[in-house]
Amino acid sequence: MEITHQEFKRCDLFKLIGRIDSATAPQFAKALEKAVGSGKYKLVLDMSELEYMSSAGFRALLAAQRAAKKYNRGEVTLASMPDRIHEAFDLAGFTELFKIFDDPLQAVGHF
Amino acid sequence: MQTLRFPARFDYLDEIREFVGNSARQNGFDGKDVYNIQLAADEAASNIIEHAYKGKADGEIQISCGLEAERFAVVLVDYGKSFDPSHAPLPNLSADLAKRRIGGLGIFLIYKLMDEVYYQSNPDKSNTLTLVKRRA
Repeated sequence: MEITHQEFKRCDLFKLIGRIDSATAPQFAKALEKAVGSGKYKLVLDMSELEYMSSAGFRALLAAQRAAKKYNRGEVTLASMPDRIHEAFDLAGFTELFKIFDDPLQAVGHF
Repeated sequence: MQTLRFPARFDYLDEIREFVGNSARQNGFDGKDVYNIQLAADEAASNIIEHAYKGKADGEIQISCGLEAERFAVVLVDYGKSFDPSHAPLPNLSADLAKRRIGGLGIFLIYKLMDEVYYQSNPDKSNTLTLVKRRA
């Protein structure tokens, strides 16, 4: 798994590349924790190049959303979620906990 | 049935998914079904590593896959602590963000993604978890 970062005026865009499972989720969780902890609590996660995400990744997202929402207008938003990941996300009942946008710029514009 | 043994470590999940995915494809599954079978096997193996072999570095998972009478089975055998997934508490899917429980999600997904789930434990010997996907 790889994460790239792009700063916008009102939010931060992170692109997730590769696979997030129990092996890589701690690295993913740490990156999100570090971002929120350093004042980047308006986040867009671009999932267009994410091939795979297990419940370990869902849990990291949930923890990040909790942390971000403690700040004024803080939020983790998701963009370009691949269908297969979306379906599992839906089954896990996570869809209602996140705003999911069709593309990253739409999500950036939301902030 | 094809069988492989894997060290019970998270960094082998990639190989476990590949093995299960290849077998599913050879047995006529594609796209979304292959992904879902891989996800279920990953969640099952992750649970074994995390719970059955908690704190044990040299555990092993034996995985067999194959098709029988239009039913594709993934059988995971471990030699750790037994844990019947049907006894796991279900996550509360209607709870709000603050109250949402973080555990139990993997097992919940396994039941949602697969058509049949069986667990058998021989205390002090081995535990066998069988996941079945029926071919449409």
